[in-house]
Amino acid sequence: MDFWKRPGFWFPLLIVLVWGAVVLVVHQALMRETAFILLMAVALASSLNILLGYTGYVSFGHIVFFGLGGYMGFYLLSVQGWSLIPAAICGGLLSAVVAGLVGSAVLRLRGAYFALATIGINEAARAFVSNFGPFGGPIGLSINFSAYQRYGGAGEALWMTFILLWILTMIILVVSYLVKNSRFGLGLLAIREDEDAAMVMGVKAPRAKNITFMISAFFPGVIGTLYFFKNGNLEPGDAFQLTMSIEMLVMVMLGGMGTILGPMVGAVGYQWLRGYLLTTPVFKDLHVAVAGVILLLIILFVPAGFIGWVRDNFRRFKMVLE
Amino acid sequence: MILQVEGVTKRFGGLQALTEVSFELRTGEILGLIGPNGAGKTTLFNVINGVYRPEQGRIIFRGEDITGTASYDVARLGLARAHQVVRPLHELTVQENVMVGACYGREQHSLREASRLAAGALDKVGLIDRTDQPAGSLNVAQKKRLELARALAARPYLLLLDEVLAGLNPSEIAAMMETVRSIREDGVSILMIEHVMQAIMAVSDRIIVLDYGTLIAEGAPEAVANNPQVIEAYLGDPNLTAQLMAE
Repeated sequence: MDFWKRPGFWFPLLIVLVWGAVVLVVHQALMRETAFILLMAVALASSLNILLGYTGYVSFGHIVFFGLGGYMGFYLLSVQGWSLIPAAICGGLLSAVVAGLVGSAVLRLRGAYFALATIGINEAARAFVSNFGPFGGPIGLSINFSAYQRYGGAGEALWMTFILLWILTMIILVVSYLVKNSRFGLGLLAIREDEDAAMVMGVKAPRAKNITFMISAFFPGVIGTLYFFKNGNLEPGDAFQLTMSIEMLVMVMLGGMGTILGPMVGAVGYQWLRGYLLTTPVFKDLHVAVAGVILLLIILFVPAGFIGWVRDNFRRFKMVLE
Repeated sequence: MILQVEGVTKRFGGLQALTEVSFELRTGEILGLIGPNGAGKTTLFNVINGVYRPEQGRIIFRGEDITGTASYDVARLGLARAHQVVRPLHELTVQENVMVGACYGREQHSLREASRLAAGALDKVGLIDRTDQPAGSLNVAQKKRLELARALAARPYLLLLDEVLAGLNPSEIAAMMETVRSIREDGVSILMIEHVMQAIMAVSDRIIVLDYGTLIAEGAPEAVANNPQVIEAYLGDPNLTAQLMAE
């Protein structure tokens, strides 16, 4: 595959590359925090899109992998004294393993049943962690301030976390592109369109879905570790917020599921809107309700999302908007 | 012998869909499968290619027992199928649809090889000028051809065709029959379900007849067409029919 020659591959990657580079050059803490939240949304939405966009399976509780991975990584960091990168990778691996185990059972369900099962998993994980001693139970975990010394102080540690997230986001975009444009990805798209017909054509659907679920769960686990390391503490209520799951779905649908650029545009667009709603007195308690209404409107009127809509209506952009 | 079906029985709860069905398909043969609506023809296809597991009996494909093997593994062994109710992958292009067949069929091709094979298969069924169109935008006749191209791209040894002629007009039927014949000339054995009698009588080497899940006749097309049991299955009591026709 000569994917590196295609503009559809480079375009989203370049945006993130330039974006992060600008933040690093300007070197301003406030700008970094904003960029961190936005990049995290892009990374989470793009991870979810690998499952949702390519196989059509709606994971309603995808934030569970962010929470579980975050807990695992944070535990290794704060209690076991690991350094950030291996801890984050282990967080991701735990999420992937959990996805693999859970997936072999719940991926047999289709449509609404699968979506409901994933919500159940999120709630079960929250209940488990709240009662699990090593993870601090309902109180959660917090990091000893001295842990940041290893990275040259808290300030430096925050910059390093940002850089890691920035690189991770680009890795996710590359993985997403490679999955979509591979033989494996063609099988996934066939599953999305008609799973039974795909199996008759020889697509090993159960295995393909499970692998995809694991890939899609791995990255949120890594992101979770980075995020909670930056925050310095972690509680069950922060790690398994169902509203974040729904927001992830809104971001993917808003930008266009099954595209590379879509989750990115959707994430930035939604976060911008969310920021506006939270700072407007009338809406400040209603932002999740507004997100729900947006989701409804997208599904009813623009099911292909923003990027899908542009692709369908302006053929000449098709090259760039993979 | 490419396919042996031995004493296959399939039940859905209290409904006996297939009862001890046995037949053989010779290599290179076109075998027609006919029978009234609800006779169990499509169920038999589903049992052969692993969508359903039979309660009793065995399916032997190229000397290998494939009873109860998952449909994706059956596809890999070289058994492809075109559905009665067309199932195009709507959002994918015509070419991508066919590439799925090539990538995941018997030969497990890479994407590059698959796109080359897809072009060949689309040329064969006459859809080559629709390559980049979304499959959902095709009309019924074209979707039927797409089903066929997808199955062909898998380079199967045996092709199961489920009513590929239904819903086509007479000139489309004639064209499709030519395609089916040319597929056989490429060395692919074919088992086909069909309701368009003239067509299936003309193209099949042998015909088997299913009625209420039981095989009631087997033989050359003319012999089957004159078999009183077959006429009864389709039209009711042959004596009564003759009487009515006389009046």
